[in-house]
Amino acid sequence: MRLDYPANVKIIRVPCTGKVDVLHLMRAIQRGADGVYVVGCLEGSCHYKEGNLRARERVMHVQQLLQEIGLEGDRVRMYNLSSGEGPTFAAYAREMTEHIKALGPNPLKKWATA
Amino acid sequence: MISPKLVEVGRHLNINIITNSEIKTVEGEPGNFTVTLSNHPRYIDPVKCTGCGECAKHCPVTAVNRYNKGLDDRRATFIEYPQAVPLAFGIDTDTCIGCGLCENVCIARAIQYDETERESRVTVGSIILAPGSMGYDPSKLDFWGYGKYANVLTSEEFERILSASGPYFGHLSRPLDREEPKKIAWIQCVGSRDTNRCGNGYCSSVCCMYAIKEAMIAKEHAHGELDCAIFNMDIRSFGKDYEKYYLRAKDKDGVRFLKARIHTITEIPETGDLQVWYIDETGQRQDEIFSMVVLSVGLQIPENVADVARNLGVELNKYRFVETGPFTPVETSRPGIFTCGVFQGPKDIPSSVTEASAAACLAGADLAVSRGMDTPTVQVTEQQDVSGESPRIGVFVCNCGINIGGIVDVPAVQNYSATLPNVVYTDQNLFTCSQDTQDKIKEKIIEHKLNRVVVASCSPKTHEQMFMETLEACGLNRYLFEMANIRNQNSWIHSKTPAIATQKAKDLVRMAVARASTLRPLAEKVISVNKQALVIGGGVAGMNAALGLAKQAFRVFLLEKETELGGLSRKLHHTIEGGDIQAYLKQLVADVRKNELIDVVTGARVTNFSGYKGNFKTDVVAGPANTKLTIEHGVIIVATGANEYIPTEYLYGQDPRVVTQLQLGDRLEEIGVSDLSTVVMIQCVGSRNSTNENCSRICCQNAIKNALIIKKADPAIQVYILYRDIRTYGLMEDYYTEARNLGVIFIRFDETNPPEVKSTPEGLIVSVTDHILRMPLEIQTELLALSAGVTAADTGSLCGIMKFNRNPEGFFIEAHVKLRPVDMPGDGIFLCGTAHAPKLISETIAQAQAAASRATTFLSKSEIKLSAITAKVDTEHCVKCLTCVRSCPFGVPVFNTEKQIIEIDEATCHGCGVCAAICPRRTIQLSFYEDDQLNCKIDALLAGGM
Repeated sequence: MRLDYPANVKIIRVPCTGKVDVLHLMRAIQRGADGVYVVGCLEGSCHYKEGNLRARERVMHVQQLLQEIGLEGDRVRMYNLSSGEGPTFAAYAREMTEHIKALGPNPLKKWATA
Repeated sequence: MISPKLVEVGRHLNINIITNSEIKTVEGEPGNFTVTLSNHPRYIDPVKCTGCGECAKHCPVTAVNRYNKGLDDRRATFIEYPQAVPLAFGIDTDTCIGCGLCENVCIARAIQYDETERESRVTVGSIILAPGSMGYDPSKLDFWGYGKYANVLTSEEFERILSASGPYFGHLSRPLDREEPKKIAWIQCVGSRDTNRCGNGYCSSVCCMYAIKEAMIAKEHAHGELDCAIFNMDIRSFGKDYEKYYLRAKDKDGVRFLKARIHTITEIPETGDLQVWYIDETGQRQDEIFSMVVLSVGLQIPENVADVARNLGVELNKYRFVETGPFTPVETSRPGIFTCGVFQGPKDIPSSVTEASAAACLAGADLAVSRGMDTPTVQVTEQQDVSGESPRIGVFVCNCGINIGGIVDVPAVQNYSATLPNVVYTDQNLFTCSQDTQDKIKEKIIEHKLNRVVVASCSPKTHEQMFMETLEACGLNRYLFEMANIRNQNSWIHSKTPAIATQKAKDLVRMAVARASTLRPLAEKVISVNKQALVIGGGVAGMNAALGLAKQAFRVFLLEKETELGGLSRKLHHTIEGGDIQAYLKQLVADVRKNELIDVVTGARVTNFSGYKGNFKTDVVAGPANTKLTIEHGVIIVATGANEYIPTEYLYGQDPRVVTQLQLGDRLEEIGVSDLSTVVMIQCVGSRNSTNENCSRICCQNAIKNALIIKKADPAIQVYILYRDIRTYGLMEDYYTEARNLGVIFIRFDETNPPEVKSTPEGLIVSVTDHILRMPLEIQTELLALSAGVTAADTGSLCGIMKFNRNPEGFFIEAHVKLRPVDMPGDGIFLCGTAHAPKLISETIAQAQAAASRATTFLSKSEIKLSAITAKVDTEHCVKCLTCVRSCPFGVPVFNTEKQIIEIDEATCHGCGVCAAICPRRTIQLSFYEDDQLNCKIDALLAGGM
């Protein structure tokens, strides 16, 4: 569909969002990512039944953890869409980018070790 | 897109490609034909030719490049295009001067000047005619100025101009001065819908969509503002989701759509610009100047192709398309010979691919008894053990013509990749997916002892399997492969910012290389295939799919939720061609009922579903007594159908004189027309609006079908069809013409100004603004038929159990719109009929046969390989907390009380990774997605700073 979305978004492929671990999300923030978001199937139509529901819980958990250590929990988000919704994917990418730009850089970045 | 298909066909063991040949005669009968071929000389031996291109490099002769529609040159020794299969050159003797240079430079000694015309014979059981079509040649019609003015092009030529491998390397320029055009006009229906001078009365079905696509791509390629105008009679975006694309072009990307037939094009000699003369909708004469004009030429069957078919005794219609019946869409008049694609009738790629599978289904049915008898066996290359070796990574960066290379600085990405850890070899290719590149990759793997391969190109969804096979062919485990998607996720979406795209490409390659280092060889489990099929839905689609499979000798369980077979077709009477649907249905039901291999289960409801490709298990409750049964099957065909939309518009349900087209069909059958004097029809009810953006495809022909029945019964009855665009695509255009000739009055209305209906005791009053008179009209009628659209069947609970993907309108999503139009994303699951999208009964039958054919490719194998992407438990460190047992959505992990360990069966594991993510001790890893294999990507990405 060649829909434009911001280049700062880079995708890591997983078989299901249910595979996304709290540790993966925390690691990205720790290493200096300004934001991380998980894109799963629409709730109720997970190809693996409920992986996206677990992902949502984990994202919420990470949000809490981040808040506890004084970061904006909202740097990590969950989005849902169906594979037929390219324009929505692009819209979420733009929305997330705008949102993170408003929050500013990840304060952990200066300590981030590559 | 076609490249992987070409490679697949080229490397398929059971496909023998005979190029440069024509059929002379066919003798024999279905199951045993002898085909005599004349093999034209190629003058270069395709077996010896390596496709290196030295001959063409040294050839001194310049010839017209027909592949690029004459817009540039080639040599007399040539290959049509770089991805061609087989990748072998040929000599064009019309231009060759016989200098002998090519013979001198050919290291492979493949040149054979003395080759002559040969004759050969093949014996086959079935024949499929798929010769395709040619674009209409508009030079015969002088008023378009084609051939006279350099900047008037056909759409085929423009397509080549936009192509990366085309004459201008994908740069949008016009032929006269190679300037980038600022304004382009597309003129629709050139060589189609024209009985006046060209004689092609049919609609070519594809030109509206390709014109929109060309306009959109031209806008993308343009460096500044580009004004695109499409002059049309009707826009026919009737395919699945096509309307959404049309709306995007019109409303978002500013493509202009003008309703006008152009009468003359003249050139402005000083600039080479073109003046386009036409009458606008208000009747005013208009003219507008464009820098370029594209003639949207229709599809036409060349006379020589028609001759071949006639020689075989295959009947053609007056437009030289194959004569097929509404209920036998891919069968020709000669038994055992089938057809598909545009030779059957004008159609787009998804329909052609679908029909191709349908033809394969019927051709295969005739061969079912001898299946597997004449097929070579697969040679498996022994795998080399790389477990002890440190990673040696080869990185292949793809230009994808200019899809990537035109935006991303590919040499820079290649150089950068050479600096990454463990990378020992890098290369860039014009098309990494082409056959010659596969050979090159194999060579480099061996030469540089590569034990990991990274391809930076496009989507793993379409290309990963092919590259993995390339690895396998030279003894490397297929899982030692990683892709960086620098096209779909990069160059295509960041085309306006090349520097950023190049940087992102480097980031993506860095991530891929990091992951490649962590990859390990994985073994795939081989399982047996259950040879029974489950077909869900007992309508025309489901029954044809079931019969298709039964004819291939597979047992089928056919589920129907109602008590009777037939589905929506029970409410239909005739096709537009006059085919008797009820008679057909009766025969079809009888055929299904009496077929011993088909178990019909009516009143059925799916209650539970489990398993995986080749070995599914479905629980069903059926019949009045709620009988429970469990069906084990290897494949699934989904054919759940669709319904007619129940209108809420135009007083439907409030006034009995307002009916739907289906109800009108019933009435015409039961009561006739004797009590009628006026009938009004309104199109696009429940389609092409804000709640359902899609076109329902079938309603235009349905309205015209009913209008013709009325007019033929009593010409005095006034019939008005209020429409937005008439979409009688393909050969159905003739019925539209006939309806107009019989005096049916067509009034076009605008979406923003729809008709209004008032109920009065004397009759219904329909008000509409006439598009020609530009005045409001009031029509009094005793019957208003609404062309209600098609809505998907309610499959909510079925999808809840079986986890099938649907689009927002409730139709099932295919695996790939063009390449895999009847496959569902899940392996072993196929799709047909209106469950996929609205379609005609003939299209439904073809798609059902196609689904049966696709399912057969599965069922005909005795075993299949399973994915190696499964969860593995480290039983030594596992504390048996049973979290995985509780969390797995499929109940796969079990605690083996005897061995006191957790076991995960790799055949039933779906590879979702939920258990791996939730295991508190991290003792479960999902192969190919192990923690390290994901973490390294995160680290590599962020190592570059963001």
